[in-house]
Amino acid sequence: MQPDAHACYAAAFVPPLLDPGADVPAVVTGPNGKSAMKRYNVYRNNVTVSLIEALAAIYPAVQRLTGPDFFRAMARFHIRETTPASPLLFDYGRDFPAFIARYEHAQPLPWLPDVARIERAWLDAYHAADAAPLSATELAAIEPDRLASLVFTVHPATRVVRSPFAAVSIFAANRTGGSSDRIDASTPEDALITRPEFDVVVRQLPPGGAVFLTCLISGCMLAEAAAAAIEASQDFDLATNIAGLFEAGAFTSLTSGDAR
Amino acid sequence: MSAKTAISSLVLAGAVSTALATLAVAGPLTKAEADAAIAAKKEKCFGVALKGQNDCAAGPGTTCQGTSTVDFQGNAWKFVQGGTCANIELPGGKHGSLKPV
Repeated sequence: MQPDAHACYAAAFVPPLLDPGADVPAVVTGPNGKSAMKRYNVYRNNVTVSLIEALAAIYPAVQRLTGPDFFRAMARFHIRETTPASPLLFDYGRDFPAFIARYEHAQPLPWLPDVARIERAWLDAYHAADAAPLSATELAAIEPDRLASLVFTVHPATRVVRSPFAAVSIFAANRTGGSSDRIDASTPEDALITRPEFDVVVRQLPPGGAVFLTCLISGCMLAEAAAAAIEASQDFDLATNIAGLFEAGAFTSLTSGDAR
Repeated sequence: MSAKTAISSLVLAGAVSTALATLAVAGPLTKAEADAAIAAKKEKCFGVALKGQNDCAAGPGTTCQGTSTVDFQGNAWKFVQGGTCANIELPGGKHGSLKPV
């Protein structure tokens, strides 16, 4: 088949794939010109089921929370609304957390979209570029009067997900098997996702930590980020946050600005 | 920089030195030990990458989710079974539930 002819055939073949109520494309016929509904339905099913399986693989905690039947029904609605933009399946489902947030039947679980955002960040961290995390010895080598103007380069895998709910605890209790104790969903929790080597790690950020790190990610100097974090939370502890971010491997390098 | 809160160099230096002390508790490794520890963990599993499903999933006994025209919206409450959301408490003493209120 010529490239043009193939594109033409695909353009006719694809649109009814996600609409079971639509007619089979005229370009698809059975032997002797008979209807090919059953044959075409095999493609319909494979497209939908493989995308549902992809979402289930990307969002296992969400599936565990809702149960597979609810998850698959919700996923099917998302798939019919949002087709893949890339042939890479791991890139599919980027809009799924936002879809969950407005999906009518998920409204009683207001924390579910944030759990999904953590799972998405987990996969993005997994596929992010490899880089060696910044060593604490490099921080130790900085002269005290240059600390205020330090600027950090963030590790490619580092992600922050903020939630007004206990999304990190809910994620942790449901990402892998096992039972969990009761979780109070009303406690706000912020997630830090890193991959210093090859394992993705999800941590809960301490008070003010998300503001501190988000500021550093956007290029704030250390003193600016610390000031912003203290304004956001009286409980912000600078030493704990610096130690935690180095331990998590959140950065790759630092730049010492001018002494002030 | 915010005018409301200024962090002095002294406060920064104190926090950084406390942070470094905390990190040092983990035990300084020699370069060789650190490299060995990293090498031991460097076995990225490529097997978990998402694959397309090329097998025919439309045969007997398999799902027909791709071809069903039935609307699940009206009876979504049927899908609660199997979920763990009931363990999660919401403000006001309600538990997470997928059942219509």
